[in-house]
Amino acid sequence: MNGIDVFSPTSLDEAFSLIKQQGRKAMIIAGGTDVLVKLKNNKITADCLINIKGIKKLDALTYDRESGLRIGALATLSAIECAEIVKEKLPVLAETVKKIGTPGIRKSATVAGNLCNAAPSADMAPLLMVLDAKVKLAWENGEKIVSINQFFKGPGETILQPGQIITEIQVPNLPPSSSVTYLKHSRVKGADLAQVGVAVMLQMAGDTISDIRIALGAVAPTPIRAREAEKILLGKAATEKLIIDSGMAATREASPINDQRSSADYRREIIVILVRKAVNSAMKQIRGES
Amino acid sequence: MSKQEIEIVVNGTRCEVKVNATATLADVLREELGLTGTKLMCNEGECGACTVLADGVPILSCMTLAVDAANKKITTIEGLAEPATGKLHPLQQIFVEKSGMQCGVCTPGMILTAKALLDKNLDPSENEIRDALSGNICRCGNYHRITECVLIAAQQMREAK
Repeated sequence: MNGIDVFSPTSLDEAFSLIKQQGRKAMIIAGGTDVLVKLKNNKITADCLINIKGIKKLDALTYDRESGLRIGALATLSAIECAEIVKEKLPVLAETVKKIGTPGIRKSATVAGNLCNAAPSADMAPLLMVLDAKVKLAWENGEKIVSINQFFKGPGETILQPGQIITEIQVPNLPPSSSVTYLKHSRVKGADLAQVGVAVMLQMAGDTISDIRIALGAVAPTPIRAREAEKILLGKAATEKLIIDSGMAATREASPINDQRSSADYRREIIVILVRKAVNSAMKQIRGES
Repeated sequence: MSKQEIEIVVNGTRCEVKVNATATLADVLREELGLTGTKLMCNEGECGACTVLADGVPILSCMTLAVDAANKKITTIEGLAEPATGKLHPLQQIFVEKSGMQCGVCTPGMILTAKALLDKNLDPSENEIRDALSGNICRCGNYHRITECVLIAAQQMREAK
């Protein structure tokens, strides 16, 4: 990593003008738990790092009754894990964060960085997808808000253009009578990437599933929504058979690979199991059984 | 630019060093300051061996740019014993007495992470200790004794209060 300059802007404007000055080989770094590893292993190259950690207020974590939770780009996983407002309003977010890395990694790593790194197995992604989160991007002359469902392009690839920075992630409030679950299947309970991750948001009207979102991680080039699987359960009273059918549909929407963590076949089997577990667990939570 | 002058405070001593801009805190501690008590193992944030305290909070020094450590008080394992007498910290002492280490490579990180826990909570349960140390890997698998050492040190520290 020798010979790489590091600039530490203290405002977004300064960051944007530095990026412009330095050209395309400027790499943005915040928590650094992915960028530094990739630089050390020569997986990426950069002429300079724009270290945005010193930009004020970008670590804000705020909640508003109308618009929900806003996670600043520099909010660390550990900050989410410990924030009372998260535990109160969206405990599933705090629980999911705990499944990522180790306490030391969570102290540096940010939610925004987890998304920018765009690993197919990123744990935050399926969860934020079923929460219908939005990502706020900013650049020198503008900003826009995009759905997280449009954010990922491929392994390690996002819609972010050079010069664009995520400034905030917006997580709307959950609808009434709903529940969200994220299940991660990995080889060990500690620091390990997901072999399969499944997130489910379920809303019930009586015995009927009135809304459902299912997202899968680590089983396709990007985290994906399993919309066919959702259709099978939407508007129905969930039976065990329908739930398994939904899980089977999810396996057909996935395109898992064989790698050192598991075979594609194993991943498909786990998808069915996790969808079933997640849907059942969400229904139980809504009924107040757990 | 690529070389940067930084000032860091390590174990109470202010140090000025000229380092590569992308040097990690672990590099600076070990290579520039000769504080090799901080171990560098996986070098990618997975194992916890490089853990040091920054303003009392355990951080991974291999994943921290040295420039980001400026203005923070860094404590390494060398800074734990009493400076005047060399008397070991209760955690260090008990690790020696009760064989809290086998090969010893994870030990500085383990002890510093445990110290940060005990500074916050002097009466942790075994589960709280295991949780706090979950990012520190002991390749010898000595977790049982390590947990026991932290429990005993906590008890001794409570009694000494």
